[in-house]
Order: sequence, then structure tokens, then C-alpha cells
Amino acid sequence: MKTLYITGGRVIDPSRNYDQTADLLIEDGIIKKVEKGMKPPSDAEVIDADGLVVTPGLVDMHVHLRDPGQEYKEDINSGTRAAAAGGFTSVAAMPNTDPVTDDPSMIRYAFDKAANTPARVYPMGAVTRGQEGKELAELGRMKKAGAVAFSDDGKPVVDGMMMRNAMQYAMGLDALVIVHEEDPALAARGMMHEGTVSSVLGLKGIPSAAEEAMLARDLLILKITGGKMHVAHVSTAGSVEMLRRAKKEGLNVTAEVTPHHLLLTDRMVKNSGYSTNTKVNPPLRAERDRQALWEGLLDGTIDAIASDHAPHHPDDKDMEYDFAPFGIAGLETTLPLMLDEVNSERVKEFTLPVLVDRLSTGPARILQLDSGTLKEGSTADLTILDLNRSYIVDPDSWHSKSRNTPFAGRRLLGAPVYTIVGGRVTMKEGVLTE
Amino acid sequence: MQTLRRKDILGLEEMSAEEITLILETARSMREIMQRKIKKVPTLRGRSVLNLFYEPSTRTKASFELAQKYMSSDAVSVAGTSSSLVKGETLKDTVRNVEVMGVECVIMRHPVSGSAHYLARNVEASVINAGDGMHEHPTQGLLDMFTIWENKGRLEELKVVIVGDIRHSRVARSNLWGLQKMGAEVAVAGPPTLMPPDLDVFGVKHFTSIEEAVADADVVMALRLQKERQESGFFPSMREYAETYGLNARRLEHTKEDLLIMHPGPINRGIELSSDLADGPRSVIMDQVAAGVAVRMALLYLLLGGTKE
Repeated sequence: MKTLYITGGRVIDPSRNYDQTADLLIEDGIIKKVEKGMKPPSDAEVIDADGLVVTPGLVDMHVHLRDPGQEYKEDINSGTRAAAAGGFTSVAAMPNTDPVTDDPSMIRYAFDKAANTPARVYPMGAVTRGQEGKELAELGRMKKAGAVAFSDDGKPVVDGMMMRNAMQYAMGLDALVIVHEEDPALAARGMMHEGTVSSVLGLKGIPSAAEEAMLARDLLILKITGGKMHVAHVSTAGSVEMLRRAKKEGLNVTAEVTPHHLLLTDRMVKNSGYSTNTKVNPPLRAERDRQALWEGLLDGTIDAIASDHAPHHPDDKDMEYDFAPFGIAGLETTLPLMLDEVNSERVKEFTLPVLVDRLSTGPARILQLDSGTLKEGSTADLTILDLNRSYIVDPDSWHSKSRNTPFAGRRLLGAPVYTIVGGRVTMKEGVLTE
Repeated sequence: MQTLRRKDILGLEEMSAEEITLILETARSMREIMQRKIKKVPTLRGRSVLNLFYEPSTRTKASFELAQKYMSSDAVSVAGTSSSLVKGETLKDTVRNVEVMGVECVIMRHPVSGSAHYLARNVEASVINAGDGMHEHPTQGLLDMFTIWENKGRLEELKVVIVGDIRHSRVARSNLWGLQKMGAEVAVAGPPTLMPPDLDVFGVKHFTSIEEAVADADVVMALRLQKERQESGFFPSMREYAETYGLNARRLEHTKEDLLIMHPGPINRGIELSSDLADGPRSVIMDQVAAGVAVRMALLYLLLGGTKE
């Protein structure tokens, strides 16, 4: 493997509060040295990062790769190409595949298929067999096979006793349980956030209480079981408040938020004339929820930004609103969207180091990955960004098979220019190297 | 010649008072055609229209079809069950196929809110929304306004009360927007479970007592109560609803003498509206039905921009 020498970049490493201009020497896929003004070895490939930002490799801890089962929407290959193009070195794949990833052989399948992809795949296993909420899946055997977390994402574990057992059993394995908080009875097959906009549009609403009631239950369960829980795609002000309190009480809980919940509200459903690209679960909420999510992200209540990349084939979304599936694809937009927020200074405290923490160090810590850091001796997963590069969201140019985004046409400032996985450049100047 | 400067009629929320006035005034001259012995004008001769009904309908469908015939347009009607939808064809494909056959205007009823918007985005033909899910039913709103306007001579400052299942009603939504744009004061009445969440957005007052709501009303409109809402737990029984919220002579005892009683049909007699009121002197329910044809003729005329004979 070639020796890499990255010179002159602003190096941001939230894992040790590091933010200064420095050079990096990478040998055999390992970060050997981070220092100012080293002399590059003569055989090294030099990357001139002057004016660019060097960060630990970004980790998207919530993606749906649809593989196996729905490869016409996405597969491990296209999904990891999208990830690398979007600046991610690693993605954690949700287990709602077909069949459900609820067995060690399915975990191995994902690792095997992702052996040579331009980004790493960390598969997650289902909490319950077939995600049916009735029997525990083999969490221990899946963990041995490499599952990084367990989730029935896409739906909640409805039965409280099952959830309690899952949490308790997972604790014995030091395993992370990721929860999708939604009371299906309260959600009542709703199509969008319940509020003024849903009332005007005549679309069935999903009240904030559907998420909050389930989160409240699970926090109470966590209190009796112990263990560690991660809350996927937090979307309401009430959830942020509950999480803030739970963390203060010392509960071992973490949380993530998506770019679309940070940037859009239910008004988008109306303004887009019922565009199905606004249909997502949890739904785009009200402005006060959006504000609260930012507050939570900035004060550390929310630990990570994750895309909840939910790719769908264009035909699937080209339907009447009720008939289209939920989901927004985000692997190729998450980083540019968030960089644009940093550039715009719309939210003052959202600085580049905070962005890097929430997109790299934070999720890596939650999933206990050997990344999210530029410490000497660690694996050379890196992302190099250009804050001044303009980026237009153009789904037709995506590596993902999907096109479903409500951000199409947006002109943004800030984009990834290099994705480096284990010392191997997988994306350069927006182009995949393989 | 005045026409509407829009391709589609999707809802009254997005329509201006001027546009509504133009439609109502045009409907008035159309009604004059309906009163002739030979109810036919050549205005839309050679123009093609499609009626696409994904939900059952008697009144609205008949009304559109007659309007089309009176205007001499060529119309085809496709019902949800006999359509290719059952064969798995998408709405977009269905309509694009009919479009290349020469259809210039599509009238659609569909169970999903927003489907008229979706269709309008995807075809060049004009789209008239004949009811989309719980969203809007603009032609019903217009015919209701036409009926009130004809009977009262105005819409401004009239007090209109809509009673019943506002939450699931596209008729209510169209009326709430349209009437208020025309200067009427609108209130709604019924059990809180049948009110849309965050009702304030419509700018109307909510009453849980029917007597209070109708006390000084000029118009009261009852909405059809659907049995399936009982099964979903929105109210306990038809009987209890009738006793608590149903309109009957006793409940309307202390109301204005010239109160108009309206209903978009079909009526559950004895549930939301008693027969003595529905068939009584203050009822304008049959006027509404007749107005429907005139309003739809007006819309076809204004959208397809036919020249007057």
C-alpha cells in the first residue's frame, strides 16, 4: 500500500480537541504522524490539502442498503459508492433487509459483500426475529459475527416486556440497542406530522406524542434494566427535552438527528404540492421542533447526525402521497447540507469542529468503532473537505440508485474532496477511484 | 372575454375572491341555459374531457357528465373498478394514455389527499379536482356558495355554521376557505374528535353545542356522518350522535326564520339531519344539486376557454 502524505490542511480531530494546520503521514493504512512541517518520504503520494480541512473519516450510523432483497432500490455496492462520494468512510447498515438480518450468516453476508467497497459497512442485527417483536433474535451469535448494534428500525418493539428483555439481554453482551420510537396506535397510519399543515392538506397526522410516548416508555425501561440505548432519528422538541433530562440523570442513552429534520419542516409538504419526497418517518415536524433539535445537537443532548438514508426506486416514489413509501436518501447530501450550515452561520455555534464531532467522532464512539479519530496509530480513515467548493444537489448524478430527496436543486457551499479508507483513497475530487 | 388564468382547479384555498366571483357569475348564465327547453350549447364542441372516478359517486359524476353534454363536449367516464388501476397501472400512466388520445381536461375523484396536485403536475391537460381524500372538493364548495348567493343575494357577512365531521371532510375544507374569502363568517360545530387538529389554522370558531352555534346563523350545513368513523372510535354510536349533534326541528327552534338548511348529500336521514328539515321550506338541498351542474358548466367553459355562441 502506498504511503500517503497529506500536507498543509486544517486538521480537526474532536477526539482530542485538536484543530490546527498540520501534515499527516499514513503508512500501511495507519496514521503514523500528525505534525507540522514533516519531510515527506520520497515514495509517498502527496495530497496538497492547503485550504482544505482534514478530519477523521465520517461515519453514517443509520443507513438502509436494501441488500439483500430490494437491490433495485440500492445494494451494498451502490450504497457504499454513494457513501464514499458523500465523504463517508463507514456506514452502519440497518437490518430491515429481506430476509431480515437476524442471523449471523446475514451479518457475514454483509461483511463479505463489502470487502472491497469504497466505504466500510458495519451491519446491524435485528432485535427480534424477523423484526416481528415476538422472539429475541440471536444477539450474541450476531455480535460474534461482527454486528455493531441491534435494532428493529422501521418499526418499534411494541411489546414493553419484549423491549425490557431485549435491553436486559443486550446488557449482558455489552451490546447497543437502537430504538425507533413510534407508538403505532397513536401514529395511526399517518402520513405527515400532525398539525396545522396536515389539517389543511387533509393528510392523516402522526402526532409528536407517537414518538414521545414510546421514548418515555423506553427511558423508563432503561432505568430498570441498565445497558445502553441509542435513539434513532429524534424528531420532536419533547423528545429532546426527555433525552436531556435522561442524560442529566445519568442514563446511558445517546441520540441522533437527520439533516432533513434539522433543515425542513412540515410546511415543505405543502410548499412542494404534496411531493412524495417529503414523505418520511418520523415526519418533518414543526418549526419549534426543528429549533429544539438544533439546541439538542449543540448542547450535546444529540450525539450524532445520521442520514437515515432510505433509498427508493424513482417509480416507487412517483405515486399518490398515501401510496408512496416513507424515506429520504441522504448519503450524498448530508455532508454538503451540513457544511452549508456551517458556512452560512445560520446557527452560530454550529462550527466545523462540532460538525466533525457529530458526523465522525460521536457516531464512532457510540458504535465503538476504531475510527472517528486521527490519533497516531489509529486506522487511516479520513475525509478531506473543501468549505469553499460549491455543490448543487443533483440526484441524477448520484451513485445511489435512488433519487428521493426534497433537497434537489439546492445550491450549497462545502463538499468532500477526498475519502480515504484504511489509507486507500476511494474518492478524489468527487470521483470514485474504482 | 374573461377566463381563469390557471390550468387547474385543485382547491379553493389557493383561489382568490375575484376568481370565485367570476365562476359564480359565469354559473349564473349557465343556469339560464339549463332552464331552456333544449339544454345544449355548442360552446365546447370538439373538446374532449375525461371523468376519472376512483371512488363511487352519483351526484358529482352525473352533474359533471350533464354539464359536459350541455356544453357539447365529448366526454368519457372511467370508474375505478373498471379501470386499468386494478391491473396495477399507475395513475400517471392511465392519464397519460388518455391524454394522447386527445383529452384536454381531466375531472378526477380520488381517495388520496393531494392526488389532484400530483396529477396536475404530470399532465398537460387541465385538472378539475372532484374530491381528493380529505383535502378539498372545490366544485362542491363553489356550488354551495352559489346556492347561498342565489338565495341570500350575497355572501358577505353571512353567518354560516358547518356541523359534523369536519376532520374527514373535503367538502368542509373547501367551504371553510371559499366562504371566508367571500366575506362570510364561518363556524364549525360537532364533537372535538371530529374536528381537525389545530383547527385555528382555518380561522373559524368551534362550538360543541349545536344550539349555541346556530343561534344567529344565516346558513347551517350538515355533513354526512360516516359509519366507519364510529368503528374507529371517533364517536360512540349513530344514536348518540343524532341525539347530541343531529339537526332537527326542535334543535333549530330558536333560529332565524330565513335560515338556509344545506347538505352535500347523500343524507343519513334522522342522523345528521331530520327529514322534516331536509324536505322542509328552509331546505335548499335541491338547489345545491341544480347549482352543481351550472357551476361545473362554468368551470369547463372558463378552463377550456370556449367562445360564447
